[in-house]
Amino acid sequence: MEPKTMFEKIWKDHVVRAMPNEATVLYIDTHLIHEVTTPQAFEGLRLAGRAVRHPEFTFATMDHNVPTTDRSLPIKDQIAVKQMETLAKNCEEFDITLYDIDSPEQGIVHVIGPELGITQPGKTICCGDSHTSTHGALGAFALGIGTSEVEHVLATQCLLYDKPETFEIRVDGKLPSGVTAKDIILSIIRRIGTDGGTGTVIEYTGSTISGLSIEERMTVCNMSIEAGARAGLIAPDDETYEYLANRQFSPQGQDFDKAVEIWRELPTDEGAAYDKSLHIDAQSLAPQVTWGTNPAMGADVTDVIPNPEEITTDDAKRATEGALAYMGLTPGTKITDVDIDKVFIGSCTNSRISDLRAAADIAKGRKVAETVNALVVPGSASVKRQAEAEGLDEIFRAAGFEWREAGCSMCLGMNPDILMPQQRCASTSNRNFEGRQGKGGRTHLVSPQMAAAAAIAGHFVDVREWESN
Amino acid sequence: MEAFKKHTGIAAPLNRINVDTDQIIPKQFLKGIERTGFENYLFYDWRFLDSGAPDPEFVLNAPRYQSASILVAGANFGCGSSREHAPWALQQYGFKAIVASSFADIFRGNSFKNGLLPVTLPADIVADIIAQIEAQEGYALTIDLESQTVTRPNGTLHAFDIGEFQKQCLLNGLDEIGWTLQFEADISAYESRRGI
Ligand code: SF4
Repeated sequence: MEPKTMFEKIWKDHVVRAMPNEATVLYIDTHLIHEVTTPQAFEGLRLAGRAVRHPEFTFATMDHNVPTTDRSLPIKDQIAVKQMETLAKNCEEFDITLYDIDSPEQGIVHVIGPELGITQPGKTICCGDSHTSTHGALGAFALGIGTSEVEHVLATQCLLYDKPETFEIRVDGKLPSGVTAKDIILSIIRRIGTDGGTGTVIEYTGSTISGLSIEERMTVCNMSIEAGARAGLIAPDDETYEYLANRQFSPQGQDFDKAVEIWRELPTDEGAAYDKSLHIDAQSLAPQVTWGTNPAMGADVTDVIPNPEEITTDDAKRATEGALAYMGLTPGTKITDVDIDKVFIGSCTNSRISDLRAAADIAKGRKVAETVNALVVPGSASVKRQAEAEGLDEIFRAAGFEWREAGCSMCLGMNPDILMPQQRCASTSNRNFEGRQGKGGRTHLVSPQMAAAAAIAGHFVDVREWESN
Repeated sequence: MEAFKKHTGIAAPLNRINVDTDQIIPKQFLKGIERTGFENYLFYDWRFLDSGAPDPEFVLNAPRYQSASILVAGANFGCGSSREHAPWALQQYGFKAIVASSFADIFRGNSFKNGLLPVTLPADIVADIIAQIEAQEGYALTIDLESQTVTRPNGTLHAFDIGEFQKQCLLNGLDEIGWTLQFEADISAYESRRGI
């Protein structure tokens, strides 16, 4: 048999109908939904008198605009309340499982999917959210979709989709100390650009990738979309199966063993061809800090702010000038000389227990700079419980960080957690777009370690120079 | 979905690359539960000053582009968030088509689903069209989906690519869910094969 990539295997297993000059009808195993991108989809179903084909394959949570402060207080933003109530009503009407704001399972949709064992190797997964690529870390083909497609999946359990190309990004070698999964993906995006992955599914391979924990793999896959890719994928292995064993929605007992046997067939065959490839040496990587207004505008922490005069193409030069003006940065400034006002540790990129442990390790016994306001927002209620059981909340509080309830929070600032104009933030999230964290706010993307260290120093620091406690 | 066959309209330039959907419609306007009412929030942070008054520096606020219905922009238009509010806002503002040298995948897909036509032309042609728009007030383009062409006011014609299926969907304003539901038997057969 001809050798196949993992993506081709998953694709082939899910084709319902493929005809020339037609979009492929692709079966979707799991559909995750949240409050922001679904109200119009349910309304569409109602108007057309259509049902949800498989309510049992759909899971809902509230994450994007939930407050992260004391949940016993009434929510002030009435429009957000309306959106949450609408989701609750829709889930009830269409019989869909909902983890609402008070649920012990509530959290960011891309954190709870794997946590509950809903995300599994070989599955097709959709969500009306671009960071659905996160779930590829467990070997699922996971796609961000728009609201019309959400409605389509609800009604048909299928998606109309054009087959993407495959892009192998191989990272080999030992990761230098102080360099994290976040730095790997930021370095990749910096190298290939925010459209470097357009039209492709990126499969991350190589010894560095297979040496990452499942949570670290999620950080890498999460930001595939920031390189423009349709999805990110990492081959499942023993680490994956160990992660999935005994989770709520994982197959149990003998069924689990059978599932593992099938999952073992998924990884790309020896000799299978990708449409594109790129090779990266992990040894060459350093902690990353973005300086601009898209995730590709980044630098090593030891670098200086770039000079637009040294850029040769007109478009890129103009974009760099615009970004530096927006960010209030002067070319030639050392990154470690840039002072910050805010720190956000959270988001579907870096809010899992290992991220919080890494940040707490830096924060322990130290104090947040007086000029900085720092926030830690766990990705899910369950991450929060785990962190509290380990005493991480105490470490953060003692150091002067705020400790919050789970949600998207300042990643996109749909709730009250936002930056004020010109405030500068070291953020573990995934987007530094203009206004993303609040109009006029200036976002620098970094790893949890780098964010915690910046909170303490009041400016960026090379975390490699700090001894962890 | 709104059908798209042929459209002639004033073109407006947005000479930037990597315009993301957070710019097209900022998050504070995503809290609605309707599909309508997004036109006032299109490019909000660029269009309006802190006072709420239109920013005279922003290109779409120029009097000559008030009736523009075709937006011409740089590479990787629509990157970032999957929010379909972005094509809704563009369409409700009055745009029928976006011409760019490349589009982000999710945005491109979302646009098709709403009858907003994303047209991809080579970067040098897009740059040249932008220069002509800026030089000539009232500059209009004609986009013909049937023949897959963009025509400049001087008659210069540029062909563009589009998938046959997407083309037919747009020409006929097809209900895609209805289209898929015709294959109910295939979906059921697939499910029984998988034991679903
Ligand atoms: S944490 Fe941020 S990127 Fe992730 S789902 Fe929430 S808003 Fe989107």
